[in-house]
Amino acid sequence: MSYLEIDHVTKLFPATDGPGDVCVFRDVDVAIEQSEFVTMVGHSGCGKSTLLNIIAGLETPSAGGVVLEGREVRRPGMDRMVVFQNFSLMPWMTVFDNIGLAVRAAHPDWRRAMVDDFVQRYVDMVGLRGAERKRPAALSGGMRQRVGLARAFSTEPKVLLLDEPFAQIDALTRGVIQDELVRMWGASRSTVFMVTHDVDEAIVLSDRIALMTSGPDARLAEVLDVKLPRPRSRAELLDEPDYLRLRAHILRFLVDRGPTRTSRPVLGATSHT
Amino acid sequence: MRPERLRVIVVSTMLGLAFLVLWQAFAGLQPTGRGIPGPAAVAATAIQMLAHPFYNNGPNDKGIGLQLAASLARLGVGWVAASVVAIMGGVILGLSPTLYRAVNPYVQVLKPISPLAWMPLFLYTIKDSGQSAILVIFMSSLWPTLANTAFGVATIKRDYLNVAAILQLSWWRRLVTVILPAAAPAIVAGLRISIGSAWVAIVAAEMLIGGTGIGYFVWNEWNNLALTSVIFAILAIGVIGVLLDVALGRLSRRLAYTE
Repeated sequence: MSYLEIDHVTKLFPATDGPGDVCVFRDVDVAIEQSEFVTMVGHSGCGKSTLLNIIAGLETPSAGGVVLEGREVRRPGMDRMVVFQNFSLMPWMTVFDNIGLAVRAAHPDWRRAMVDDFVQRYVDMVGLRGAERKRPAALSGGMRQRVGLARAFSTEPKVLLLDEPFAQIDALTRGVIQDELVRMWGASRSTVFMVTHDVDEAIVLSDRIALMTSGPDARLAEVLDVKLPRPRSRAELLDEPDYLRLRAHILRFLVDRGPTRTSRPVLGATSHT
Repeated sequence: MRPERLRVIVVSTMLGLAFLVLWQAFAGLQPTGRGIPGPAAVAATAIQMLAHPFYNNGPNDKGIGLQLAASLARLGVGWVAASVVAIMGGVILGLSPTLYRAVNPYVQVLKPISPLAWMPLFLYTIKDSGQSAILVIFMSSLWPTLANTAFGVATIKRDYLNVAAILQLSWWRRLVTVILPAAAPAIVAGLRISIGSAWVAIVAAEMLIGGTGIGYFVWNEWNNLALTSVIFAILAIGVIGVLLDVALGRLSRRLAYTE
């Protein structure tokens, strides 16, 4: 039995036009080992964020379930922290308090000074020293997501769920924060499940990549091993035949299995939105 | 100072002066003994009253400071009690869409009722005019805060509640660290409307119950035909109303946040 099992999960939503249900995805089955970094790639609408929310316990599956360490998860919990695409920081709290909220929730028995030390450690880890007393609105997207990562890692969760965490961050900053993510993941050895539609991001970060067909009624098509050695540097990967082959494979999959009724140019499927 | 701001101050001052001149001219045209007093007469009364605001010569002769203090004390008790009830009720309604919709028709019916319409019922049931007046203030402060709190809580971004759920915050921590701060701008907007309508209602309530308070003072001075005092009291009511609004405006700026 694997550490985190996404066990034949199906999600239906009530149809907005007329009776019956619309199937977002059907029978998705992925087994993830401890400390593994698995990424799900697919077009918008394939339900990958919905699947992530089901793992987080924020939504319920229509069939199947999610099993973590042999126990089915049905509710949100601190063992599965989410890093949101829109950061979801509390705008009325400072950076320090946002992380502190999570640390105090994880360690209700800690004294104030212990919590503060611990928060400061994570503030430093993501390079936000000096910005602790600022509110999220005063920070750039990249800095906000650093707070999001620090908040998630500071609770030392078993599973980290990343919901397109870099989609709203400019391309130059994105690479830097991805490297920070890899560093923190390496130090914590959390199990990571990420969804994205950025192919390069998926290859650079992941141990395995799960490919979803387009929705509605999306299926898990295949799971690819990323055998590139770590640490991975973007510059060196560009000359790596394995990287290029994998990249071409995924791009071809996304183009071939892309939405058929759309007039969107095929490259739009893989570019950042 | 920016020129725009200077222009506003100049125009505003000129309008004020023009009003005073027209008022004085109008007062001067009236036949003696029948006309309303002009600004000079009111100013004389004002200086006299402000020189001894807190004197107390028995039930029908108290300084204006004492009368305003009595009104503000009633306002404070009624408004604070109503705010506590309204915020608690609003949070409950805001968190439960079913309850919100079930209670909404009743709130809509109760909201447009003048708080003074309740006065006879209060007098009949509790048989105490002072407490009845406070209950009138309570009724006038309840609905704006209740409606705003319910709306503010119901429209909290799903993401914040998701974070609270993932962090498994206790209901109390969820309330004080997420729900109340997230809804604070809407709640304070409600409190601000409430204190304004309470201040409006208290004058009428005090005219009815008598005894103390700025409303009673206005009515008493009218019975004495002391119109300069009535006019000065009207101005004092306006100034206190502005000060209350400014205080809550400050609070609102402190609790505001940008996403």
